[in-house]
Amino acid sequence: MENDEKYKLKKVLLICSKGTIEDVYAALVMGNGAVMEGIETKLFFTFFGLDAITKKRMNHLHTSTVGNPAMRMPGNLPFPTWLGGLPGVEAGVSAMMRKEMEKLDIPNVDEFLELIVAGGGELYACKLASDMFGITKEDLHDDVKGIITVGDLYEMCDGPGTQIIFT
Amino acid sequence: MATKNYGGVSVDVNDEGYMTDSSQWTKKVASGIATDEGVVLTDKHFEVIDFIRTKVADGATLTIRGINKSGVVNAKEFYQMFPGAPLKKSTKIAGVPKPESCI
Repeated sequence: MENDEKYKLKKVLLICSKGTIEDVYAALVMGNGAVMEGIETKLFFTFFGLDAITKKRMNHLHTSTVGNPAMRMPGNLPFPTWLGGLPGVEAGVSAMMRKEMEKLDIPNVDEFLELIVAGGGELYACKLASDMFGITKEDLHDDVKGIITVGDLYEMCDGPGTQIIFT
Repeated sequence: MATKNYGGVSVDVNDEGYMTDSSQWTKKVASGIATDEGVVLTDKHFEVIDFIRTKVADGATLTIRGINKSGVVNAKEFYQMFPGAPLKKSTKIAGVPKPESCI
């Protein structure tokens, strides 16, 4: 039976599993955007994505300068992979990227998390990955609601109009 | 282009209900739009609306971060004052275009 009815998006659950600037910000921008639309929003950080909610690391994220064929130098010049492997290049490129984002009024990670939480968004850390990396609640941003299992995660996904997005 | 009548004042709006001529905006019009949006305006709301109108008149892009740093309200209060989709609702009530911003 055909059903053309459109259902409004009511809840999103974003999973962030990588810790590069672009992966983390993809999750944060989409999460914040969902909160701003009045959509119930939960963010789940796992594996290297945990860096985004780890106090000591969250505002010092890097982008990878090797193995990224889309990487360009200023002026749209090619960025060879061997260059990205030189000492200090990754740190420099990452700092430049953060500076460009600041120009666009994109907040730091901690500020972004606070904006998401201010709008009612919820932050969770993955239990398995936290155990693996030796991360405890004290290491995490104060707004993180809990360290939860994958079962807890799926329990949060009930109801029609719910989407899980893996960034 | 459509028009809408708020308290006896006719204003031009686009398909989404955003005013297309900011100069037609009055506090009375704002209250009318707010009623449609399910918001009851207080003095605090008008402080936020003033901030938004000034920002937009200056050509600035509105973001939730900008609101949080406005000194008028913080993000949490802003979400409570315009529940649901705060930036969309507040700009609609303020009679300015829908913000073209992802943050």
